[in-house]
Amino acid sequence: MRIPLLAAVLLTVPVVAACTQNPKSGTGADSEDRAVTVASTDDACELSASEAPAGRLTFTVTNDGSQVTEFYLLAADGLQIVGEIENIGPNLTRELTVSAAAGTYVAACKPGMSGKGIRSGFTVTPSDEEVTTSLDEKGLIEEAEERYGDYVQGQSDELLAKTKRFVRAYRSGDDDGARELYADARTHWERIETVAESFGDLDPKMDAREADLEPGQRWTGWHRIEKDLWPARAEKYVALSTKQRAVYTDDLLANTEKLDRRIGGLEFTVDQIANGSRGLLEEVATGKVTGEEEYWSHTDLWDFQANVDGARVGFEGVEPLLDQKDPDLAQTLEHRFDDLQKLLDAHRVGAGFAYYDDLTSEEIKQLADAVNALSEPLSRLTAAVLS
Amino acid sequence: MSRRGLIGGGVAAAGAGGAFVAGRLTQGAEAAGAGPAYAFRGAHQAGIVTPAQDRLHFAAFDVTTSSRGQLVALLKAWTQAADRMTRGLSAGEIGPVDGAVNLPPDDTGEAIGLPPGGLTITFGFGPGLFRDAHGRDRFDLAERQPDALRELPHFPGDNLDPARSGGDLCVQACAEDPQVAVHAIRNLARIGFGTVAVRWSQLGFGRTSTTSTEQSTPRNLFGFKDGTANVKAEETAALDQHVWVGAGDDGRAGWLTGGSYLVARRINMTIEVWDRQPLGDQEGFIGRTKGTGAPLSGGDELTQPDFHLPGADGPVIPRDSHVSAVHPDHNDGARMLRRGYNFVDGSDALGGLDAGLFFLAYLRDPRTHFIPVQLRMAKVDALMEYLKVTGSALFAVPPGTGQGQYVGQALFA
Repeated sequence: MRIPLLAAVLLTVPVVAACTQNPKSGTGADSEDRAVTVASTDDACELSASEAPAGRLTFTVTNDGSQVTEFYLLAADGLQIVGEIENIGPNLTRELTVSAAAGTYVAACKPGMSGKGIRSGFTVTPSDEEVTTSLDEKGLIEEAEERYGDYVQGQSDELLAKTKRFVRAYRSGDDDGARELYADARTHWERIETVAESFGDLDPKMDAREADLEPGQRWTGWHRIEKDLWPARAEKYVALSTKQRAVYTDDLLANTEKLDRRIGGLEFTVDQIANGSRGLLEEVATGKVTGEEEYWSHTDLWDFQANVDGARVGFEGVEPLLDQKDPDLAQTLEHRFDDLQKLLDAHRVGAGFAYYDDLTSEEIKQLADAVNALSEPLSRLTAAVLS
Repeated sequence: MSRRGLIGGGVAAAGAGGAFVAGRLTQGAEAAGAGPAYAFRGAHQAGIVTPAQDRLHFAAFDVTTSSRGQLVALLKAWTQAADRMTRGLSAGEIGPVDGAVNLPPDDTGEAIGLPPGGLTITFGFGPGLFRDAHGRDRFDLAERQPDALRELPHFPGDNLDPARSGGDLCVQACAEDPQVAVHAIRNLARIGFGTVAVRWSQLGFGRTSTTSTEQSTPRNLFGFKDGTANVKAEETAALDQHVWVGAGDDGRAGWLTGGSYLVARRINMTIEVWDRQPLGDQEGFIGRTKGTGAPLSGGDELTQPDFHLPGADGPVIPRDSHVSAVHPDHNDGARMLRRGYNFVDGSDALGGLDAGLFFLAYLRDPRTHFIPVQLRMAKVDALMEYLKVTGSALFAVPPGTGQGQYVGQALFA
């Protein structure tokens, strides 16, 4: 997934469009009425119709101008965004689908992406395709955003605290202690991995694997220390000296502190939360299920569980919204999370998990299948929440 | 015997000023409904600027002999067989069914009745032909090893399988019919037993590039048009600048003048994860629309991308899009002639497609035209998250073979 840029974190939150009871679009003449074409030029915004029956409306926006344009459907006050589509390059056509209840709206093209745009009134007439607006939706969104922000902050705090303990043990030569703390501390990184990775400067310093390095790049962070603690697979490995240990631990700790400070100022929108949930499962599919993440320690299942934890928190945060918009999807996701969790639980050993190299290829295949089964419907979560 | 009766006149002497140009369409062949045929001999090897055929069988070989004489004998035998097969003839002079019954035929026979199928056979020399792993001169060629012909450095995202990487020699067989391409590699490998051994080979289906303005742009397994901005056969000045090794490029390797370097990379795509990306994200990763292939800055497929056109959050073509990452404007003007193929080698142990792009690119110098571009891609290209390179090799591709010559003859002169 595209890692959300932090600059985008504080973007306007699109007001989530009204909830459609019957998400199927109408048929026959009705569905034609609900399809509106928009021609956006540098100085005009022409709609094929100025009204449409309530329900699922599709605006097909073609940019006939020379600049990048945007199209908005705004509430009657001209401020609240009902639906928007950005980044339509010259000669390109994009589609916007919104569920709109009867009422008056404002349609706007914004060639050049600045100013108030070229606006016109747009009327949605009553129809038998009933659209109800949930009054508490705004509340649900705010609650989801706040809770997820708290969760990320909480994980970051724990990451810092446990990293300190890990660093202390490793630095003092208590290798057994460090090995015991390693996977547990990293759990808090993996739960918020998509957020941590969005800091493009810190991620390569903290979480790079040896194969990720480019020529001349110094290898630092968790996995550098991992190799030193579990060097069994390394060829002709020379252990780090006490002095080197100090250098790598200082570096890791400083970056963890930096990360914690930056996370302190973050806010999350519902689409970022849903995307983060999807992104964490991608991390599982590309790095954990293949056993590549913890190449030296084989503690991949800790990371696996932590990614799933974070994905589930994200999903459950937006679940009340999803329950209104697509209850079937909500139910499917809940079941699939449960199925995956059952498989993971079967590999628990004490407070942790089995090492990944102890799993049979059949067990790994089962995990991969469950990840696929969950990831496929999860890829529709963001769109469903924003619908 | 001919594989399909006789196709027209066999090899055609065509080309401007009577020059004999390899890879040019043999006159009459297509009109006869036999599909195209391309001459093996010419100034440059065929299979580079030749309009990319639809199928590929690529093989890398280890040289097993220590005799320079045997190596040269093999190159002579390969030249003869390649010359024959590209004309639609059997690999050996007797053919698959006309020889003695108590001997195995000198052609394996699966191409009986098939036309030349646009077959081109292109040969290359790897670094291991000049020096072994300990740096020792193998065939008294070390003095002539091109400076740029070294093992490629490790790139971020590389997860190389040694059994799919490297090689002392390579043969690229391209054709419109997979059976014709496989037939070519199979028979060349057979001729080589005892002198060379197959190190790895790769099948490709579905070209992913255009090498001629007359071709339409195909799609890769991400579902996007690929190779729109490729160096094309018609751009002769660009070919001299970016693809063919120039006369003064390398004082020790004058034999490579008019040749090229070939980078071969087996790039696995994480297909299942990619397929779950929203359309808008996919287009953002590539920098083009999925439908027409137009850059996100507008126009149609062949419109130049405008990397400065502002969008909602930075340029409308994202800075980390593939188009932006590899565009010549951001890579000191470096261009390549890409000639890659889609591949699907069944599924992996986790049930995912073992699939991707078998990247083949011809370029004048890997140090200026490939290594920096690949490093930049590793650093900024959003697509990297969905790619894993599992095989890699670099070869020097000698110039074309003239009448009465064998491939790479100038190296041994």
